Amino acid sequence: MKNFDGKVLFLDRSDINTDEIIPARYLTEITKEALRPFLLEDLALTGFNPAGDITGKAALVTRANFGCGSSREHAPWALEMNGINLVIAESFARIFKQNMFNCGMLAIELPAEVIEEIFTRFSGRATELRTDLQGGQLHFRDDGGAELTIPFTLSGFDRALVEADGWVGYADSRY
Amino acid sequence: MGKTIAEKIFDRHRVDSPFGDIQVIRLDAVFCHEITTPVAINDLIARGMDRVFDPEKIKAVIDHVTPAKDSKTAMQGKILREWAVRHGIRDFFDIGSNGVCHVLFPEKGFVRPGYTIIMGDSHTCTHGAFGAFAAGVGTTDLEVGILKGVCAFHSPQSMRVAVHGQLPPGVFAKDLILALIARIGVNGATNRVIEFSGEAVDQLSMEARMTLCNMAVEAGATSGICAPDMTTVDYLWPFIKEEFASKEAALAEYRQYTADPDAVYADSLEIDATTLVPVTTFGFKPDQVRPISEMAGEKVDQVYIGSCTNGRIEDLRIAAGVLAGKTLAPGVRGIVSPASPAIFSQALAEGLIKIFMDSGFCVTNPTCGACLGMSNGVLAAGEVCASTTNRNFNGRMGKGGMVHLMSPASAAATAINGTISNSGLFHREGPQ
Ligand code: SF4
Repeated sequence: MKNFDGKVLFLDRSDINTDEIIPARYLTEITKEALRPFLLEDLALTGFNPAGDITGKAALVTRANFGCGSSREHAPWALEMNGINLVIAESFARIFKQNMFNCGMLAIELPAEVIEEIFTRFSGRATELRTDLQGGQLHFRDDGGAELTIPFTLSGFDRALVEADGWVGYADSRY
Repeated sequence: MGKTIAEKIFDRHRVDSPFGDIQVIRLDAVFCHEITTPVAINDLIARGMDRVFDPEKIKAVIDHVTPAKDSKTAMQGKILREWAVRHGIRDFFDIGSNGVCHVLFPEKGFVRPGYTIIMGDSHTCTHGAFGAFAAGVGTTDLEVGILKGVCAFHSPQSMRVAVHGQLPPGVFAKDLILALIARIGVNGATNRVIEFSGEAVDQLSMEARMTLCNMAVEAGATSGICAPDMTTVDYLWPFIKEEFASKEAALAEYRQYTADPDAVYADSLEIDATTLVPVTTFGFKPDQVRPISEMAGEKVDQVYIGSCTNGRIEDLRIAAGVLAGKTLAPGVRGIVSPASPAIFSQALAEGLIKIFMDSGFCVTNPTCGACLGMSNGVLAAGEVCASTTNRNFNGRMGKGGMVHLMSPASAAATAINGTISNSGLFHREGPQ
């Protein structure tokens, strides 16, 4: 299984599309590693600096409809290559969400008011996240020691994919 | 309880239902192109699983950047080409026979009512125009599709969109789908199959139904779908005439992929086609839509006619009809990419290519090209393009560029005036 613990990157916008996550001009790369420097290069978000804000992060918290647009799995790969294996959002585009679990990564949906609470309390602070996959809990903690624990649920299939480290492993053993 | 079209297709393809709502279905076709497939191929090789489930059911094309523009795109083509040869994939389309996947594959007869199809491309929903379940997937789903011929989906939930009345002259399937996306938003149909019905849809050609289903994903939909009818049978007849004694027999068979009257829909909405007007987009999201009349006068630097949305023969006929005898406004660059070799040949035979060239358009080979900003007409920062494609995302056709999506008729009129314009085909003015 992949790592789901570490520092949190906050992106306070809805409808962040896969062209913003990894622009089409990098789709000519044929290895996942080559995508690493270009994550979120075209993101339209005031104050966001891809060069400085991504390094060292392990999880991403954002708003609604994250990953809409193109089906490119380069989007989760670009996240994975930067050490980000977990995205928490109000909602996801279907293909993006499936791609995340297909890669053994986590895409967790939380109600809008819970996302709002996470943004209000932690956005702009150095925040650590610990994920308890078995217990279904997310533990947020900022550098001042403030804590928040939030429950989440995963479907049986999504959990099986995370545990099998993705759909290829799962499908190969069954079909 | 009655069933939707998608539910009927799933019933006939289910191989497993491992967790309640998850259905693993058998695939009738797996489509591949050179952008998303090479990584899947390399991963299969790395896992020691370089196999394909059925070379007859895999169709592959080099279409996004062709001819290759640099060493990297050349390598993507090479990986796909060598893989197709290695596995005996006969339906592989390379330079000279290639075209935009969602235009070329239907044209070759690879899509039939009731089929299940995946591709590593979000606009795979286009093929739902034939009454098929066709969905865009990521590379890992594609990889498993290639290897095992199956894919997992949630049980399909459908949104019924009934379009009543007739589209006014000068208003096209592109305007209809943009109006729908504007109404429900870019995630208004997430996890839904949009089932199109109603008089206006029944009257559309297969080309126009493909335009409609093509952009279902821009509202977040898994797929668009139209019930098969005689229009579908007529289009497919050259490919199915050995299978059926008559067109009526084919229709009777395909009619099983029609929704039951008591089918259950997750959402349902009605559109009055007679109220629609030509529209375009104004921002970086496909749901930011306004009547052309409200955007009139906005200057453009480039006009692009092509893509899997509007690069078919009918689109070229409409655009050429508007352009005939006119020339591009000074300073405007016009680019047209007929979306397949058959369309290019047909457009040549009908004199359409001459009209485009005489008006000042550059005619390119069939390819995705400018649509995704990788070749053949990339915008510079600050430039504006009127385009018949499907995505106006920030940077889509070039970093810092702005894209206004519209129909081929409006794009042609915009090329002539140099500013966003309605075509003369549309008469009634005023907002929706
Ligand atoms: S024409 Fe554009 S939208 Fe269609 S498949 Fe090609 S790149 Fe994608």
